[in-house]
Amino acid sequence: MSGGIALGRDKIEERLRASFGDAILSVDEVDEQFSVEVKRDRIVEICKFLKEELEFNYLSDLCGADMLNFEDMSARKAYLAIEHEHSPKSIPHEERFLVIYQLTSLKNKERLRLKVKVDGDNPVCPSITSVFRAADWCEREAFDMYGIDFEGHPDLRRIYMPEEYEYYPLRKDFPLMGVPGSLPLPRK
Amino acid sequence: MAVNRSNGDEGFLTTTVEALFNWSLKNSLWPMPLGISCCAIEMMAFAGPRFDVSRFGAEVFRFSPRQSDLLIVAGTVTYKMAKVVRKIYDQMPDPKWVISMGVCASSGGMYRSYSVVQGIDQFVPVDVYVAGCPPRPDSLLKALMLIQKKIQAGGKVVPELGQQKVLVE
Repeated sequence: MSGGIALGRDKIEERLRASFGDAILSVDEVDEQFSVEVKRDRIVEICKFLKEELEFNYLSDLCGADMLNFEDMSARKAYLAIEHEHSPKSIPHEERFLVIYQLTSLKNKERLRLKVKVDGDNPVCPSITSVFRAADWCEREAFDMYGIDFEGHPDLRRIYMPEEYEYYPLRKDFPLMGVPGSLPLPRK
Repeated sequence: MAVNRSNGDEGFLTTTVEALFNWSLKNSLWPMPLGISCCAIEMMAFAGPRFDVSRFGAEVFRFSPRQSDLLIVAGTVTYKMAKVVRKIYDQMPDPKWVISMGVCASSGGMYRSYSVVQGIDQFVPVDVYVAGCPPRPDSLLKALMLIQKKIQAGGKVVPELGQQKVLVE
């Protein structure tokens, strides 16, 4: 593949804003990683645009994240006593989960991160498997670990935990050692 | 067992059938290698030329539980894997023994987490536990020798082995 010239953060932002306007919620750059937060219901077309127009032809990774506030965990009062210097701003429950897309342009040798916020009570997010087939197992992982329902996914089953398992282990309110008795062992 | 040479050059041996049976059993253990993590690398060294488990007659690694009598659980056992370990154990014909190799199999080790079984003795009976992360092949040889001791003793309790559980350090 012939090497292209990296578009750079300003050009990418300009192209995205020109095509999607208010679907681009915010932009951010941490450690030279350019990151764009977009509206959830526009993610599929934005991915399609980035893939087809801006040469971001490779999905390196897709993952979930739980941004649960400690104030949210009213059931677990012990945590409330802790000072939370690392989370100065309060995150509303409607924005509890994040789905993070890590795109790479193999041609232009540049990377781009997309973020989408997902509701804590109704964790639904459109699937991008129609654009990137590689998102299949990544979305299954995010579903398994956080319970995020990817609408339009061809085969949304648990990928690590047993299929009959009832919990989502990477949620912040899940106990580290699991729920006793939820994973049966064979009889001795 | 005793050797008697009183009535000629050839000599003869007095023993019990049980002792002879146990002696042959302990010197021809066929391990079922259940290498499910990094401990398996040390288990391979244990079978290789430097440590050479064939000195103890246990070099015939069988990859069929139907032909083995020593289960070596070498690695982290998750709840999902526990069913498989138990199934392999159930498929092995009696008599059979189990070595829990390394801290992961023995106690969950550093994986103090919802997905890892905190010790395989929750679902299979273990004869010898081997400490270490991973244990050196020498430790595994020691475990094998303890199993041999246990077999030779038959149903009797060996003082240094105690009732059931042994820890190789």
